[in-house]
Parts: sequence; structure tokens; C-alpha cells
Amino acid sequence: MYDSGKIIAGLVIFIILITFPFWYNHGKASIAPDRVLPKDQKECVEEISYMTSSHMQLLNDWRTSVVRDTNRIYKNKKGKTFSMSLTNTCLDCHSSKADFCDKCHNYLAVVPYCWECHLTEKGNP
Amino acid sequence: MESSRRKFLKIAGLSVLGLGAKPVIESFAQGIEPTYSTDKKALKGKKWAMVIDVDKCKDDCEDCIAACHRGHNVPKIDNVKHEIKWIWHEEFKNAFPAQEYDNLAERLEHKPFMVLCNHCTNPPCVRVCPTKATFKREDGIVLMDFHRCIGCRFCMAACPYGSRSFNWFDPRKYLEVTSPDFPTRSKGVVEKCNFCAERLAIGKIPLCVEACKEEALVFGDLEDPNSPVKKILKERYAIRRKPSLGTGPNIFYVI
Repeated sequence: MYDSGKIIAGLVIFIILITFPFWYNHGKASIAPDRVLPKDQKECVEEISYMTSSHMQLLNDWRTSVVRDTNRIYKNKKGKTFSMSLTNTCLDCHSSKADFCDKCHNYLAVVPYCWECHLTEKGNP
Repeated sequence: MESSRRKFLKIAGLSVLGLGAKPVIESFAQGIEPTYSTDKKALKGKKWAMVIDVDKCKDDCEDCIAACHRGHNVPKIDNVKHEIKWIWHEEFKNAFPAQEYDNLAERLEHKPFMVLCNHCTNPPCVRVCPTKATFKREDGIVLMDFHRCIGCRFCMAACPYGSRSFNWFDPRKYLEVTSPDFPTRSKGVVEKCNFCAERLAIGKIPLCVEACKEEALVFGDLEDPNSPVKKILKERYAIRRKPSLGTGPNIFYVI
């Protein structure tokens, strides 16, 4: 092989450069956010695991049901009923948007536009 | 040897059956699926309408406007190009342009008529909406799904009553106090009167009707012979805004 020294050196440099982000950041993964859960409530609308993974689908279904089908009462699998309202039901328990919603959303860099219209605090915009 | 093969096949068959039944049993074991329903108190109608008794309506009173706009977080913007209106005042010549004539009765000429979305039987705004953000409900209410509105303003061009307003700015900048019972809107969205769909759902009549001390505004179901609107319309002559356009407005003015 001609110029094997240069080629191998070049390959080594290339591999070092391309893997730079992996070994430079090794062991420095940012810590998952610690949501503040409501203290006085143990159960959410559905199971916690389902709410964590699929609350956006649930809210989407609630939206369709309330706006399109005029159905505003949700009965969960256990038979408990809820009024389908982001401001008046969800935020009743999860009273701090900053401590609950924003922590995860910021960590995952998702920007849901719920709050452009739905109010987070009662009485003030 | 023969019998053990037979046994093996039997057991294998049963096992396959068992595996197939597992998801079926699991789905039953999960219990009832969540359900959606209406509130028992909800007011139900087939064709919601409003009758406005013009003589009862006081010229300097704005109780209905205040109640509606406060309850629905409608911002007060002074610039007429940017203002947001759900219910407002209009003079006879502007509210009923084809029915205006010289020597109109003095009491009507400069009378402020309450005007709002007519919740038309044949709504042009619904027909032009490209995203189906505006739709007609089975009970007659022409409702908006603000989530779907893309702000194209076709509906504003289509509505012959000027019942629709566009949010040129973030409305929250113009709201000092907000009602938690209704969301605000965002910049770039059209809005209009929703006949208090959110209140009918919990068994309450529209805010403007509730706020009117003179009982000039009457709300009810046109398909129900005993409803207050039907009772008035049986006896009194009423006019509607621009009926010749064929939109079938459901707001009636007893003059």
C-alpha cells in the first residue's frame, strides 16, 4: 500500500473527530427533570405511566370530544368522572405549570402552544 | 410411542389455543373503556335562536356586551380596524341596510340595535372554511374550533353581518382580568359569538341573556313549541338581518 502512514494517520484523525461528541460528553448526560407531583393527590385521570407517555393524545381526544361532540364529561376506566378542562381540571392538581409541564417540555425541547390560549392561572392572563 | 405422540399433539393444540385466548381474556380483564358523555344538566335543543325585543332594550345600557366580553375574554381594542366583537351596537341603517327608508320611525332611527352572530341556518362562513374550523352543530350553533383556525379570514369575507373578528395582536395584552371559564385566543385566529356553547353544556343560558335586566334578549329552541322564543314569535312580527341573502339568520328583532 502506498502512503500507508498518511492514510492510517488520516483515518485515525477522522475517527477521532467524528466520535468527538461521544467521548467529549461521556458521562455528562444532563439529568432528567424532577417533576413536582401534587402532594394531596395520588391518582391522575388515568394511570401515571399512561399519562406520562400519552397525555397529549388524551388531551387531543378531550379537545375533539368537547368542541366537536359536545361531550364534556370523561369517565375513566375505574369509573371516576372528570370535567374535560385543561385549566379547570388538570391545573387544579398540577397547580404550577412551571414546575410540572415546563420542566419536561423544556428538557425535551417541545413547545406545545396550549398556553397561548388556555389560561394557567385563574384570574390573570 | 403412538400414545405419547398423540398426547404431545393434544397438549400442543391446547397450548396454541391458550396463547390465542390470552389477548382476548386480557382485554376483558382491563375492565371498562373510558367513555365520553354530556352533563346531565346540559340544555338540549334542535335549533337555538334569540329574539331581541327592541323596545325593551335601553339605549345607554351595555350590560350584555360587558357580560359577554368579560366571560369570553374578549379584549377591548379601541382601534376599529383591530377591535374584537362578539356582541355590539349597530344603528338601524347599518343593521338592516335593505330595509332602511326615509322617514323611518324616530324611535328606531338612532336606536342602538344589539347585533351578534346570527347562527345562520345556512351559514356561508362554514361553507368557505378550508379547515372545517367553523362548523354547524346539530343544535344549530355555528361554532368555531380555534385550534383548527389558520387565520385565512375567508369566513370574515363570507359573513354578511361582520360577526367575525381577527386577532391582529396577542389579545392577552389587552385583557386586564381573565375569566378562567373560557380560554383566550391567540394571535392570527378569527373569533365570534359561540352562543355560549360552554354554558349550555352545563345547563346555563347565554351570558348576554342572563345579564339583560330588561329581559330584552330571549333565548330558546325554535323547534320547541313551548320555548320562550317560539311563544314571542307566534304573536309578534319580527325582522331579521339581510334575509334576502338566504343565510337564514336565527336572531329575530321584534320592533
